[in-house]
Order: sequence, then C-alpha cells, then structure tokens
Amino acid sequence: MGLLSPADQQKLRETFAEMTRPVRALFFTQTLGCETCGLTRQILDELPPLTDKLTIEELNVVLDKEQARQYGIDRAPAIALAYERGDAPGALEDSRIRFVGAPSGYEFISLVQAIALVGGRPSALSAEQRARLAAVDKPVVMQVFTTPT
Amino acid sequence: MAVASPHVTSYAVEATEFPDLARRYQVSGVPKTIVNEEVEILGALPPDAYIEQALAHVAPK
Repeated sequence: MGLLSPADQQKLRETFAEMTRPVRALFFTQTLGCETCGLTRQILDELPPLTDKLTIEELNVVLDKEQARQYGIDRAPAIALAYERGDAPGALEDSRIRFVGAPSGYEFISLVQAIALVGGRPSALSAEQRARLAAVDKPVVMQVFTTPT
Repeated sequence: MAVASPHVTSYAVEATEFPDLARRYQVSGVPKTIVNEEVEILGALPPDAYIEQALAHVAPK
C-alpha cells in the first residue's frame, strides 16, 4: 500500500514540476543491521512515479566502497543527492546534500524540498545570502541533527 | 546553502537512529547543527543569523 494520499501525491507533483534537470538519489543501504533501510526504500519508491526527473540508485555502503567514499557516506540508510550535468549522458554532479537515517516525518518534507532544489528549482535564499555563500573559499561541513517528529 | 556554494556540504542526520552521533555531538535538543566539527548552532534561526553563525569561523565578514 502506498504511504502517500492522492492529495499528498498531487502536492508533490506540483513541487517536482519546478525541476529543470534530472536528479539521482543515491540510496546507500547495507545488508545487515540496518533496521530502517526497508522503510527508506519504501519512502523513496513513492517519489519517482510523481516526476520524470528523479531516479533512485541503490548502493551498498560496504560493497560500493568507492561511491560511499566519494559521497562521504559511512552508514546506512543514507541518501546522497546528485544531478545530471547535461554535458555528458549519465554524468553526475554531487549536490553535497545528504540525508542520514530514514527520511520519515518532517525529514520527508526536507528531502522533497532538497530534491526540487537540486533539480533546479530557484533557491529561497536572497541575493545577498547567496553572495555571502558564494564568497566562501574553505570547506564547510554542516551536520544538522533532527528527529522524526 | 550547499546549492549556493561548492564548498558547503550538508548532512541531515536523524539523531534517534544514530545515538552514537547524537552522543558524540551532545545533541540534547533538535535541530542542532554542527559546523566543521566545532561550531554549534542550537535551534532553528532566521536564515541570515543561521548563515552568519555557520560561516563565522570560515569566512569572517
């Protein structure tokens, strides 16, 4: 059974309609000891039917070591968002936005917003805020801790 | 912020699923943001204040 009501699906379709480029959600799972990997897969599977600009690729955090390292993922479930660059078929660019843990509750909204943003929806930041960020020249790694409710 | 700067990486971490991380960063309330393992931002701030706190130590104004 689906997790989303028809009304929710419609809202998500409208949000995703603002996307201009294809997004790939790299879903890192692991075979053992991942209690919420199944739930995460279920949640992710709800989304591609709502837009032709999102695909899910399942990877294993242990077996697909190279991608896990490339995207800075060391545990599962985790989702790294990438987008297709457009200059070469299938070439991906890391968005540097990751979700660690199942994207349920409020995190689901954050994930949907992040997918739309990575897919080219205009940023909600002001021009000043974007200029401030564009001036950053050192790595900034932000870990935002949340809970499901 | 990660979209606006190629130097910014953002992780949303589900604290209850990973108590080891919650302990390591002493997360007792959410949202809590850790920047470069050292700066702590507690609560949800307005965007200007949040960006300033996140960037204060890497890109002083």
